[in-house]
Amino acid sequence: MNKESNIYTFTFAIIMVLVVGVLLAVTSEVLQPRKKQNKADKKMIDILSAIGIDATRANAKEKYDQYIYDAIIINNTGDVIEGSAFNIDVLFQYRDKTLNPEDKKYPMFKARKDNNDYSIIPMVGSGLWGPIWGFVSLESDYKTIYGAAFNHKAETPGLGAEINTDIFEDPFKGKQIINNDGEFVSIEVKKGGAEEGNLYQVDGITGGTITSDGVTDMLYNTLKIYNTYFSSIIISDDNIDTLSINNNIELK
Amino acid sequence: MKNSFFSKQHRKLISDPMGDQNPITIQVLGICSALAITTQLENALVMTMAVIFVMISASMIISILRNKIPNRIRIIVQLIVVAALVALVDQILKAFLPDASEKLSVFIGLIITNCIIMGRLEAFAMGNKVWDSFLDALGNALGYGWILVAVAFVRELFGSGKLMGYEIPGFDYLYDLGYMNNNLMILPPMALIVVGLIIWVQRSRNKELIEEN
Repeated sequence: MNKESNIYTFTFAIIMVLVVGVLLAVTSEVLQPRKKQNKADKKMIDILSAIGIDATRANAKEKYDQYIYDAIIINNTGDVIEGSAFNIDVLFQYRDKTLNPEDKKYPMFKARKDNNDYSIIPMVGSGLWGPIWGFVSLESDYKTIYGAAFNHKAETPGLGAEINTDIFEDPFKGKQIINNDGEFVSIEVKKGGAEEGNLYQVDGITGGTITSDGVTDMLYNTLKIYNTYFSSIIISDDNIDTLSINNNIELK
Repeated sequence: MKNSFFSKQHRKLISDPMGDQNPITIQVLGICSALAITTQLENALVMTMAVIFVMISASMIISILRNKIPNRIRIIVQLIVVAALVALVDQILKAFLPDASEKLSVFIGLIITNCIIMGRLEAFAMGNKVWDSFLDALGNALGYGWILVAVAFVRELFGSGKLMGYEIPGFDYLYDLGYMNNNLMILPPMALIVVGLIIWVQRSRNKELIEEN
């Protein structure tokens, strides 16, 4: 057979593509469960890191079940909606420009550690070179930050990439997202360093200003949504308190 | 004349790319990944394994098919074989070594564009027998790998004070004496400089490698 004929070339190409296609499709299918499991484990590790729990891939599921007792989803107006919170891919939603804001789902994980309750909030934003993301945990007053863990896809090593180090993350602890007047202020990652004693600022990264600003924006945009939810439950909690007081009065 | 499996000629197929025909230091191919993933020894080792696997498999497949591949689409055929193998490696890493896969991220995919692989397929495997192609691929992959590991060793040791992610026992005392990790080691330029130093040593030992200007 003539090796240089068009028929031979086409036949060769078609057979080769079919073989390769089938091989890769089969591999991908066979390995799918493992890859899913790895992704889920990684997410559990990230969620737990926001409340200062170090988990490994081996014990991620166990520790997750131990500390996370509930997960809810809210929409962009702060109302709780139905669904599986763990399976929401916030990064995917962030990238999907066709998604309506009111269709976005915001998952939240409730954790209990040493008899204290924490709310863990996942967030996504834009750094200098690519997406940045993180998990921030709030104390039960819904305004004090208990822990923060950030990560990034491709920030500059030594500069923006420092957002995933303790040096950057630790100062978030104890900061507040609501000021004394009850207004939502979020946390600002401040270039040149946070003002002494300012509860609403943390130190920015020298040489990583765009990444720092990205973190600021990410915190503001995400926490703003969750804050509407927190305000609603704090009010309803107050109502319950008044109700129970009323009940008490009536009982007397 | 029939060569035995480990004749002198065959041994040269492995030893040359490790030394005087090294793909990175002499031919300056595959530099991109050598710069990008050598901040940690573990990444360098995983990358080396991946390249060895892809390169040997690709070379053998191409060598087996060398008389069947239509000449006009031979580069495409080589590319598809390499791409398929790389996709395979990527899938396997994602499933079994998720942490390494995450750290190496796009660089596994970029093995496809590693000039060493395509270069050896086109220059060697297309015209040689399977066993020869296997040895040539192994030699070149190892030649690439040892540079990667050597650079990663230096960069992780002096950049992070660790090896394979573990602290070095004696370093505590050094830190107390005022020693500090060199952050420049972690940054890309230092990979180039370390490769440059290896090239310098290699050429000063073998004057024949120095190009005449």
